[in-house]
Amino acid sequence: MARSKELVPGVGRFSRSQVAAKRGLYKGLKKSEKPAVEPTPETVEKTIGGNNNGEKRIVPTSKAPRFYSAEDVRQPKKSRKTAKPSQLRSSITPGTVLILLAGRFRGKRVVFLKQLESGLLLVSGPYKVNGVPLRRVNQAYVIATSTKVELESIKLSDELNDAYFAKPSSKGAKSAEEEFFEEGKPKEKEAFPASKAALQKEVDSTLITAIKKTENLVKYLRSTWGLSKGQYPHQMAF
Amino acid sequence: MSDSTFKRFVEVGRVVLLKSGPYAGKIAVVAEIIDHNRAIIDGPTTSVPRQSFPYKHLTLTPLALTKLPRGSRSGTIKKHLEKEGTLTKWNNSEWAKKRAAVEKRRSLNDFARFSVMLEKKKRRDGVRKAVKALKA
Repeated sequence: MARSKELVPGVGRFSRSQVAAKRGLYKGLKKSEKPAVEPTPETVEKTIGGNNNGEKRIVPTSKAPRFYSAEDVRQPKKSRKTAKPSQLRSSITPGTVLILLAGRFRGKRVVFLKQLESGLLLVSGPYKVNGVPLRRVNQAYVIATSTKVELESIKLSDELNDAYFAKPSSKGAKSAEEEFFEEGKPKEKEAFPASKAALQKEVDSTLITAIKKTENLVKYLRSTWGLSKGQYPHQMAF
Repeated sequence: MSDSTFKRFVEVGRVVLLKSGPYAGKIAVVAEIIDHNRAIIDGPTTSVPRQSFPYKHLTLTPLALTKLPRGSRSGTIKKHLEKEGTLTKWNNSEWAKKRAAVEKRRSLNDFARFSVMLEKKKRRDGVRKAVKALKA
């Protein structure tokens, strides 16, 4: 029923003849050449033990169901909904200074670099300026300011994608004994991978040179954002 | 009127500041008084069209056109306004300047607000140092 979308389960939009017309059946049925499949025989002869069982019996290959439902089972409606790819807010362009509103770095002002495949925004503090590393954020938890950093020349490596930020798959389960004795001990700190640190530095160096072109912008990024008395975000310009 | 403490009156020629509506923040001139609630105002130099306006939504300014005849039309009002230089008088008044400054501060973006904060800090620091130098 590809052409005839289902109105309700089991009922198509078009009649049989309309579908036939749409399919172009007047041209004749399509001839497809499928590889010949050997039909499985419906019955199999099996040898049966026991003296009074006649030695052999013809048995169906697939058993008939023992249970038939008394009523027709309703076909569930197929959902044709698909998730829309998220759209970037028009006020956010590469180089826009964003204010983070949620998470560990809430209140920090960061620079937007690009939108990732998943729709999340790739931002950097830069790390050297305000301690915010290369990070993914949801644009819903962000205020876009009208301040922009000139990022014409920046080239982001292809490494920076969603996979870059994925958690490393956990190594094989530890033995129960090891786990038992480990309890109470502080967890071993894993060193930050050198490759990621290098990438952060590389991105930041170009960023910082661009930021330094504007007076006070470094100070601005270093400071945190907040509301004081009599300030209402919906009345303020960002 | 010498025994009255009132200085600003609702009168023909009085320059008024509009407090609400699409022309809020602009000035206009009273051309005619309709009743104790409304007047006909007109602001040909401030692009306020001639209309009736309730006193409730306007503020009287100290400025007034001295020789405006009652019920003048836009052309006459414009002539009088230009002759007396009322718009420049208004723009040079402390009131108008303060309003402009408030408006300007309100329209600043986040980075500009931050820059203002830095400038204010600098000014405070300068004052503090100057006072200290004088005391010593």
